Amino acid sequence: MIHFIAGVVTSANYWFIVLRSTAPILLVTLGAVITAQAGIMNMALEGSMLWAALTGVIVSAATQNVWIGLLAGIGASVLVALVLGLFALKLHANPVLSGVALNLVATGGTVFVLFSLTGDKGISSSLASKVLPSLSIPVVKDIPWIGKVVSGQNIVVYIAAVSVVVIDLILRRFAIGRRIRATGENVEAARAAGINPVRIKFFTLIISGILAGFAGCFLSMGYTSNFTSGIAAGRGYVANAAQVVAGGTAVGSIFAAMLFGLTDAMATYLQNIGLMPELIQALPYAVTILGFVVVTFVRDRREAERKRKLFAGTAMQKEKADAA
Amino acid sequence: MNSIKRFFTDRESLAPALVTLFAGLFSLLAGIVLIFIVSKNPVQSVRNFLLAPFLRSYNFYYLLIVMVPITFTGLALCIVYQLRYMSLIVDASFYTGAVVATALGTLISLPSGVHPAVAMIAAGIVGGLIGLLPAILKIRWRANELVSSLMLNYVFYFLGSFVILYYLRDRSQTILSSLPFKKTFLLPRLVANTQLHVGFLIAAGFVVLVSIFLYRTRWGYEIRLTGANPRFAMYAGIPVTSVILYAHFISGFLGGVGGAVEMSGLYRAFIWQMNPSYAWDGVIVAMLARRNPKFVPLSALFFAYLRVGADFMSRRGDVAFEFITLLQGLIILILASDRIVNYFRERQLRKQLLKNSRRESR
Repeated sequence: MIHFIAGVVTSANYWFIVLRSTAPILLVTLGAVITAQAGIMNMALEGSMLWAALTGVIVSAATQNVWIGLLAGIGASVLVALVLGLFALKLHANPVLSGVALNLVATGGTVFVLFSLTGDKGISSSLASKVLPSLSIPVVKDIPWIGKVVSGQNIVVYIAAVSVVVIDLILRRFAIGRRIRATGENVEAARAAGINPVRIKFFTLIISGILAGFAGCFLSMGYTSNFTSGIAAGRGYVANAAQVVAGGTAVGSIFAAMLFGLTDAMATYLQNIGLMPELIQALPYAVTILGFVVVTFVRDRREAERKRKLFAGTAMQKEKADAA
Repeated sequence: MNSIKRFFTDRESLAPALVTLFAGLFSLLAGIVLIFIVSKNPVQSVRNFLLAPFLRSYNFYYLLIVMVPITFTGLALCIVYQLRYMSLIVDASFYTGAVVATALGTLISLPSGVHPAVAMIAAGIVGGLIGLLPAILKIRWRANELVSSLMLNYVFYFLGSFVILYYLRDRSQTILSSLPFKKTFLLPRLVANTQLHVGFLIAAGFVVLVSIFLYRTRWGYEIRLTGANPRFAMYAGIPVTSVILYAHFISGFLGGVGGAVEMSGLYRAFIWQMNPSYAWDGVIVAMLARRNPKFVPLSALFFAYLRVGADFMSRRGDVAFEFITLLQGLIILILASDRIVNYFRERQLRKQLLKNSRRESR
């Protein structure tokens, strides 16, 4: 068993699969991070992915152009995010609850639309949809082990990598990032500083919609080549847990998403040698919870420590002042 | 009777009642519009959707049967929502409860009557313990209970189907099915030649019990107070942490019992190929009932009506059953929107003011 796992972990093929299963989670986690930084939890990521996956398949089949399909998928995903914004920000609905409701609409709605179009509830195989291309990177592909892992991935995997940089820039380098964090930290203070919190939140929702759109389209037009019912498989929810693990940073998202990707890929392997698939399928979710709990625990501990020091410091200063 | 009268005269509760009504009507209307968009024979489909329970006596009994599991999950979520928690772990409690009941229903022998009761209690306890998990994660590590419960739902679903597959599976069957239940495990039928089982009465009993518990006992009061204002509850000397824990245990217990009742009442073996996810229906039922267990039967009836209609329509036509999930989402969206509630409340207030000012000017 240990021998087997050691063999797997050193194989290039395993890491190739790790990157592949990390990419969609990474994208949605980034989406969850940016909205959470603005102080709104995008629970509708699951629904965004589902609609993107289905729309991408339908439009790419209808137009026979994968890029138009991708664009339409992203559009659908952004639309879901905007509807969430409409309900949560304009109609003052509970954002978590309306996110969950939008996911329900998506779970039922995608199957409903699929059935109405194809007469099949499970899979879109009767639609001649396109698949997003894989890229082989010129120089890198010739490096012995690394080339096999990094090169030849689907284009969305590279987009996910680029997204990390983009989100990091948005959050930490651009002025908008400061506004986003200010909104998340204290809405009233942000408003007093002339920031329009609703607009900022809508902005982050749109970004997260775009990211979830890539992820959803990847699932149905890259990771697999069909839309199947419930294709998102809870990744939108995982993203909201991973967001906490990521600690609100784009770089942290890589580790958080990897946590899921590593176990997910390992599950694929262990399943192949006939090791109780049901138990192994539960692994990625269990590991995500574990990471989630550990990180919140450590963060709270650190926060408490910081506060203690802070208060101790002020108390000391006061004592000094009193003595003087 | 008095409470019904108060329900309709109390100004405070009239606005939410109107919203509830509005959400119900709107979802029906949205359903009809959707049918007209996709169906080739919309009139027939709409007729099947709206009148299903009255067209066949089978459908009518089916309506009552469907009410049973969603009453259980609805009650469970009422308790959680009284605390203003969002945990959806009752899904795992229900599913695991069904698995536990299957294990006890196939592996042990007990006299009839005792057998299902033992299975229900065992399933309830397991469900209750599962129900505690997100609450513990929240209290101890401040992990968002909705996220953790959704993750745990996946974990317990896979665990449950693992147990069925590897320990309880009937290998003589080609489709996935557990070993057949012992005869003593099955609940008696309520009406001969129908599937309506005693579980219906058990569910009704639990509605009464939970209503009394939440509104007539100290523990229920503590739950409601903790939910309304945890800090106040703490200063009033209520042990908030243990209140949250036992509320979640009871909620999970109800879910577990619901799963067991479903197994022993409706099936002869565990044959779920996937999770029926009655928790989502429970969300709507609890929201429509406005967290009050006494209204759960009414909202369960409404939701069962939608479900049976959609089922009947999809079997006789070209509209997919999943459209019920779509409606479900729409109902939650409407009910969750403060603005919509406020709209009704404001309109009422305006009318009242207008009336008052007229009276004054006279």
